[in-house]
Amino acid sequence: MWETVASWLGPDEWQAVRLSIQVSLWATLTSLPLGIFIAYALARWEFPGKQVLNGIVHLPLILPPVVTGYLLLLTFGRRGTVGQFLDQWFGIVLSFRWTGAALAAAIMAFPLMVRAIRLAIEAVDPKLEAAASTLGASKPWVFVTVTLPLILPGVIAGAILAFAKAIGEFGATITFVSNIPGQTQTIPSAIYAFLQVPGGEEAASRLVIVAVVIAMAALLLSEFVARRVANVVAGS
Amino acid sequence: MTLQIAVKHAFTGFDLDVGIQAPPGVTVLFGPSGSGKTTLINAVAGLLRPDSGRIAADGWVLLDTNARRNLAPHRRRIGYIFQEGRLFPHLTVRQNLLYGRWFAPRDARSERLPRVVEMLGIGQLLERRPGALSGGEKQRVAIGRALLSGPKLILADEPLAALDEARKAEILPYFERLRDEVSVPILYVSHSSSEVARLATTVVALKAGRVVACGPPAKVLGDVAVVGARGAASVLTARVVAHHADGLSELATAAGPLWLPRVDEAPGKTIRVRIAAQEVILSRARPEGLSALNILCGRIIDIRLGDGPGALVVLAVGEDRLTARITRRSAEAMGLAAGQTCHAIIKSVAVAPEDVGTGRIQEAAE
Repeated sequence: MWETVASWLGPDEWQAVRLSIQVSLWATLTSLPLGIFIAYALARWEFPGKQVLNGIVHLPLILPPVVTGYLLLLTFGRRGTVGQFLDQWFGIVLSFRWTGAALAAAIMAFPLMVRAIRLAIEAVDPKLEAAASTLGASKPWVFVTVTLPLILPGVIAGAILAFAKAIGEFGATITFVSNIPGQTQTIPSAIYAFLQVPGGEEAASRLVIVAVVIAMAALLLSEFVARRVANVVAGS
Repeated sequence: MTLQIAVKHAFTGFDLDVGIQAPPGVTVLFGPSGSGKTTLINAVAGLLRPDSGRIAADGWVLLDTNARRNLAPHRRRIGYIFQEGRLFPHLTVRQNLLYGRWFAPRDARSERLPRVVEMLGIGQLLERRPGALSGGEKQRVAIGRALLSGPKLILADEPLAALDEARKAEILPYFERLRDEVSVPILYVSHSSSEVARLATTVVALKAGRVVACGPPAKVLGDVAVVGARGAASVLTARVVAHHADGLSELATAAGPLWLPRVDEAPGKTIRVRIAAQEVILSRARPEGLSALNILCGRIIDIRLGDGPGALVVLAVGEDRLTARITRRSAEAMGLAAGQTCHAIIKSVAVAPEDVGTGRIQEAAE
């Protein structure tokens, strides 16, 4: 059965699927801690520039993806300020690499992730956290033992939403890291590339099916896990 | 250990300006809602930073705004029992109970889980989650959780207010055990005078952010300025003598026998009984042929005339004080005056179960 599925996709197509999953996993997992932190800050803290931060986080949601991609190229490209710094000091090059695709996907998915987690944090009763502090838990411990377990369904939902968004990211990715097979050619870029050449429709439609399957699987998984966690958290 | 609290805090609407002492035992902060009780207790817990003040006990300084010292809540070692329980929904009862203990310093872990579980009767609940507990069970677990955190001081913010009468009757005895068996001072917020009568060692009455009266419960509950003429009550100390077959319990007071509907205490135990002043009838001569079973003899020490038609007559009954609320007209017709001997008539059924509590009324230092 596996053999038939494996041979059903051509090597180029497989490469695109593998790369898409790799890029999206990295994008999701590495941005998750920052996502939780930003969501917590937006939900719980009052600080100057809070609305500005909120705006910046949401910017990729409303800007045309091409604009986001171009801005990434300007800052993280080889000649960009941050890109130059990363290249010289750490030898990290993002532009036209899969790591750059992961960065683009992470930034595009970030608003969705932060929104889901922020809603979960706002639903946690601060009185429970106060109770934990009177029982001797310092602020980091309150977060780890009370807040984090209670927001876990929201964190999982946010992460899976971000993963699904990352899988489908196209505009910013192609602008920032182009469409290099094996390097930066994810499923959407591959579909685009196949549609540019005569006779590519068949390969493109196979990838479309894969994209639908991955999206559905992610959605079902998130529902299932979030429900399980919610039951544990709600205490029944 | 005596806790000294001096706190000033400005709100929109009223200012809190309070200086009180909480000696060992249960100090009840008593007053109507909006009088600043919860604010005060939150300041002690460190959940609210008052504008200025000092909270300290025997060199253990929790807050001193002059010295810029404000201990974080988690360093205060205070067991806080909240009105709504505030159990952690994602943890089992056992995990909830042990939560504070985990953070407590090693030398403060003297309370053992089995003893607390036994004392609160929550052995069957340990593996359940708070979602599956009744209100009364939740509150017992909350008491145990606070106790096991090894606190130097226990705070309770109207812990019975969210419960119905039956659940209140279920939980109150646990607070009495807490007072009698645990050596930690307790600061207890309440607006119920029967809770005060049963639990308090000392009562601090608050009104609109100020202390209006302070002292042992018998004194404060008889104070019209605190409870109003309608709420005036006395607290008598009595010893259980026997339980009789007709459902009555016989108690001995300094002024004679007292018959009450059966009380849940073994003979020989000393209990406290709250008697509402308006349930007491006075008679100069010892009455005969009455349905009321209780006739206590005392000496009039004070007659307070109110603005209305009522008068409060305070009798010395042994070491206790018994207050009767009668009309001014009766007081004048009977020619009552301080120093006279008088008989107080109390119907047995006028004393409800929630008015009967355990423990001697200690005379608190004033």
